[in-house]
Amino acid sequence: MYVAVKGGETAILNASALLAQARRGDPAVAEIDTAQIAGQLRLGVARVMAEGSLYDEELAALALKQAAGDQVEAIFLLRAYRTTLPRFGYTVPLDTARMAVRRRISATFKELPGGQVLGPTYDYTQRLLDFSLLAEGGAPDAVPGVEPLPDTLPRGTDLLGEEGLIEPELPLPGDPAPTDLSREPLGFPADRATRLQNLARGDEGFLLAMGYSTQRGYSHTHPFAGEIRMGEVALEVVPEELGFAIGIGGITVTECQMVNQFAGSASTPPQFTRGYGLAFGEAERKTMAMALVDRALRCAELGEDAASPAQQAEFVLSHSDNVEAGGFVQHLKLPHYVDFQSELELVRRMRAEAAQPQAAEEQTA
Amino acid sequence: MSATGYNFAYLDPQTKRMLRRALLKAVAIPGYQVPFGSREMPLPYGWGTGGIQVTAAVLGRDDVLKVIDQGSDDTVNAVNIRRFFARTADVATTDRTAEATVIQTRHRIPEAPLAEGQIMVYQVPQPEPMRRLEPREAVTRTLHALADYGFMHVKLYEDIARYGHIATTYDYPVMVNGRYLMSPSPIPKFDNPKLNRSPALQLFGAGREKRVYAVPPYTRVESLDFDDHPFSVQRWDAPCALCGADDSFLDEVVLDDAGGRMFVCSDSEYCTSRQHAGHTGPASNNMASARLGRGPASS
Amino acid sequence: MTAPGFCVNAPLLPGFAQPEDDAQRVFRVLLDALSHPGRIHTVPLALEAPAPLATATGAAALTLCDYETPLWLQSPDAAPWLRFHTGCPLVERPAQARFALIDDPATMPALADFPQGEPEYPDRSATLLIQVADFTDDGLVWSGPGIDGETTLGVAGLPAGFWRDWQRNTGHFPLGIDLLLVAGDRIVGLPRTTTIREA
Repeated sequence: MYVAVKGGETAILNASALLAQARRGDPAVAEIDTAQIAGQLRLGVARVMAEGSLYDEELAALALKQAAGDQVEAIFLLRAYRTTLPRFGYTVPLDTARMAVRRRISATFKELPGGQVLGPTYDYTQRLLDFSLLAEGGAPDAVPGVEPLPDTLPRGTDLLGEEGLIEPELPLPGDPAPTDLSREPLGFPADRATRLQNLARGDEGFLLAMGYSTQRGYSHTHPFAGEIRMGEVALEVVPEELGFAIGIGGITVTECQMVNQFAGSASTPPQFTRGYGLAFGEAERKTMAMALVDRALRCAELGEDAASPAQQAEFVLSHSDNVEAGGFVQHLKLPHYVDFQSELELVRRMRAEAAQPQAAEEQTA
Repeated sequence: MSATGYNFAYLDPQTKRMLRRALLKAVAIPGYQVPFGSREMPLPYGWGTGGIQVTAAVLGRDDVLKVIDQGSDDTVNAVNIRRFFARTADVATTDRTAEATVIQTRHRIPEAPLAEGQIMVYQVPQPEPMRRLEPREAVTRTLHALADYGFMHVKLYEDIARYGHIATTYDYPVMVNGRYLMSPSPIPKFDNPKLNRSPALQLFGAGREKRVYAVPPYTRVESLDFDDHPFSVQRWDAPCALCGADDSFLDEVVLDDAGGRMFVCSDSEYCTSRQHAGHTGPASNNMASARLGRGPASS
Repeated sequence: MTAPGFCVNAPLLPGFAQPEDDAQRVFRVLLDALSHPGRIHTVPLALEAPAPLATATGAAALTLCDYETPLWLQSPDAAPWLRFHTGCPLVERPAQARFALIDDPATMPALADFPQGEPEYPDRSATLLIQVADFTDDGLVWSGPGIDGETTLGVAGLPAGFWRDWQRNTGHFPLGIDLLLVAGDRIVGLPRTTTIREA
């Protein structure tokens, strides 16, 4: 039976009420609070902050709670909130060399100043379900004494730079202000600063697939993880009335510098090139994938063919945003019956026309 | 600030200024897609964020807003957008086409003629009429710059060669003032003639694709065609089953499992007004009328 | 810091009384004006803009300008008011302007001196607010998008040769600039699509 879409308002209100009920789940089980989410689901919160483009652990935790754990929905909630916020100014660029490092590893040098710092990582856990967590686990064991880390650690890639073995990372001539993708539309060709901004907000799953494709022969870039570091960096602004930088706080970020082979060209001696990834919070998988995609997207600048999907900037950058993609894929559930009716009318007419000559043939036969 | 704690019509003043500047350029260059800094809206991309941003940029306290989806004021998406503006801008809303000063629409143009002073706001999923033929924005932008629309004609002609018809039935491309090829948004081609020399101002917003464009009043809008295959619109064999209209776009309504169906106006307000005025169709006294909720007596 | 030509201690005139609502109402007038070229519209509020700005010029600037819109001023007297209320950067050359305010058309630069846009982005072009002496009932015949056939309107206070300059502007479509002509609180839109001929 056909039920016309009428009384839409009541239906919408009822759906909201059902959603609230479903989100809460069994009221006999204690409600989760945002401090628990921020404290105990911190990696989920980090992804929401990174792709939601807003560093606020409490609001990201709230978004995750409201979205019942759906990360893409939580990212959308945070973005829609962020867009209403006034903008006070821009910080000076983060200096990750001055990061208070909690994790720093390099796959290119066995030993480097400051050493390899594993930090809190899943890397060498054996992926066995820990059934003790089913019960309330209590406080974990204290971390055995380790040497305190120096305040700052030099970046692994800087060691290559001293020998001229890796391309220098220099501002563009005139050091132009980067595009702000949250205020200006993406245009093509997009410069590297714009591309990196897009990738930093991009969907982790999409970047992972794109980065992975470069490892499987779709534009192989011979990557090495030059350095991955995670920790706290200072935020600084230069107030107009002071004229010098003052600290306004700090955030956790993860940075990945991939080192990639490059044969050199007529104008450039052989040297290593870089792919770069940076994201809010602990986001190692995302920043590694981002660095692979960044390097692949530099193909034109480095004189390489742009034959693979990950090298095609318009393809990658236009499809990386999960708020855009999620909305448009799911808009197909909105009514399209006017368009469908139009197609139906045409298909029926064409079928009728196709049947006519056939019928005529049968008559003459 | 309204009672919700958000700005009037949600957008902040700076965003509105940016949009308003884009809209003025859009009016000055009819049919040309102006890039703008589209914002995340509290509704998903693909669900009318472009139209919502355009409406938010033009809407004032004295406006009367009508929102339709598929021609109807009652579909959930139309209801949701109307609620959004009633909540954030506290504007009067209506379902009467003639009473509205701003009409936001998805996929239809109302059947009742539009008047000077009205603003139509179209929700646009894909502003680029050539996108299905050429996915690269850099290329289509150059083609617009050169007014090189040859391959759009080739595509339509290939349809004729293959199917005997131009196989585009909605989002049928148009030329605006003889210069820019434009997507009319996914309206059925039945509605294309209403775009031509309309006394209303027509604004188009694509949020996800970050473009706005416009057709000023009394502007020439021609659907692409060929001398031997002139543009034509859909026609139905029977009038609307409820109001008897023979000049409106009809939705097909499946009534039962046995293949029973009837055709009724897609523009629900047009249909209801006609019924109130005493017009009847073949199924006027049928139970289906009550089920459809379109009859004057239904609740 | 003092710039020549104005006193920093003089109190600035206020801007919009109701910034959000006033900007919306003025925008609708501007939208209407560019949608109906050759038709006289009136700015619906009492704004006292500093000399030499007319009410409609000041209202349009407050509605459209901000830190993203480089503004070129023919005469600098209203600069402090515009800077304070909009935050827009002032530029020295017409070629850098997104908006330009002209209070003395007799000595204004050629229309071609302002940004015309690029073939791929004709919207990256200037909008000029030109203060004229008056609008009259006849003299010029206007046609193009936004006009149902033709309309008649005269403009007093534009220099000789202005309309020849305008004809060149419309000849490069889609490139070109767009104008808003102002007399007091009245405003007339003149987008690049409008063709003007002598009556």
